[in-house]
Amino acid sequence: MLSKRIIPCLDVRDGRTTKGIRFKDNVDIGDPVAMARFYYEAGADEIVFYDITASHERRGIMIDVVRRVAETIFIPFSVGGGVRTLEDMREVLLAGAEKVSVNSAAVRNPDIIARGAEAFGSQCIVLGMDVKHVNRSPAIPSGYEVVINGGRTTTGIDALQWAQRAEKLGAGEICLNSIDADGTQEGYELNLTSRVSSQAGIPVIASGGAGRPEHLRDVLTVGRADAALIASMVHYGSHTIADIKSYLKQCGIAVRPCS
Amino acid sequence: MIAIIDYKAGNLTSVARAVSHLGFPCAVTHDITAIRRAQRIIFPGVGAAGAAMSSLKQLGLDEVLTEQAAAGKPILGICIGCQVIMNHSEENDTLCLGLVPGRTAAFPAGLADEDGRSLKIPHMGWNRIRIRSEHPFLAGVGPEDEFYFVHSFYPVPDDPRTVLATSDYGLSFASVIGRGHLVATQFHLEKSGRPGLRMLGNFCAWNPSDSE
Repeated sequence: MLSKRIIPCLDVRDGRTTKGIRFKDNVDIGDPVAMARFYYEAGADEIVFYDITASHERRGIMIDVVRRVAETIFIPFSVGGGVRTLEDMREVLLAGAEKVSVNSAAVRNPDIIARGAEAFGSQCIVLGMDVKHVNRSPAIPSGYEVVINGGRTTTGIDALQWAQRAEKLGAGEICLNSIDADGTQEGYELNLTSRVSSQAGIPVIASGGAGRPEHLRDVLTVGRADAALIASMVHYGSHTIADIKSYLKQCGIAVRPCS
Repeated sequence: MIAIIDYKAGNLTSVARAVSHLGFPCAVTHDITAIRRAQRIIFPGVGAAGAAMSSLKQLGLDEVLTEQAAAGKPILGICIGCQVIMNHSEENDTLCLGLVPGRTAAFPAGLADEDGRSLKIPHMGWNRIRIRSEHPFLAGVGPEDEFYFVHSFYPVPDDPRTVLATSDYGLSFASVIGRGHLVATQFHLEKSGRPGLRMLGNFCAWNPSDSE
């Protein structure tokens, strides 16, 4: 049977890692290649890089990071952030990433999912979703709305409907981030995660809110997620991947051993 | 020199990077002379069986692989490379290389785990292998070791003796195959951390004639 995946997420700006607290006040915590290697050796099952470089001219820096990461770690990793075109996808995949994630660009142009899946295979294409809890309405029957531009722009799209549509278009995986929980370290959005996971025929990675190992236990059981994204709780040294996995194993959750 | 067969089927650089990291010289190539000259061959790939076979044929690599396998050169197939070595694949109803008698089948719909929860296809993520037959390729691999899989189809060899290891995902399937000087893994050993690198290293150092 498959193990549940524990996935550190590294936010990268201009070739350096940061960690956004609710997408604001980023602090620089280092070199992405060194951090990727650290987490690879510490037992991460996969690594997610999220490129938050603002200027288009500096995007080439990320490709260089991807290339160096691919020479250093021998587990899958994905790259997201600012991926807009088929050409952006190709560049990231050829540099050595296993997967590429699309978020805002897919909302603006859903066809990018289908074209990416056709060109590179569904297993390469991750739909990144930022979701916010809102009042239920005819347009948003689930009470969860897709937001873009790092949570600054609402879309009027229902998150559950969007997840379903993206899967039909050929997304191979969903990385589901709760804007409400992100950066709080108070736990994942379990209701949202469980609703999206239950309807999805593709794996769901839960994101946003991890602060303690219990949060991962909850999202991998009650939340029915296939994988859990973690950031601050490991970046700042309050927990290690080994601690988290050992706790999850005690809880009867299948995880890959760290050594 | 290890020839990593380039047949336009996905990201071959990750296999080359892993082999180089282990300290073995390798080249990604579709040059027939280079492949014939290589000490061993790695046959990787992602994508669909139909596309893989038509690229192989177009480049004349189907015949070279068959010829090199018959000559006894060590060959390692990975993922799609583990599927198109069979006679036939259900994916795109494809006639394959036939280096290992058997077929490649699709995971049936409606698979469930022990608790009755339905399983997602593709089988994607980390899973264990159960060794069925000791082999130098599997030296140092333990029951706790996990490997990275991404696939919707799996090989079904006719001869159970060619199944070196199996994995479970709603059903038990062959995840490592060995026949003569050919070995193959359904998982991506180049992306499977330390145990994957160990098996890749085992292959790169394997001298089949020593064990005969």
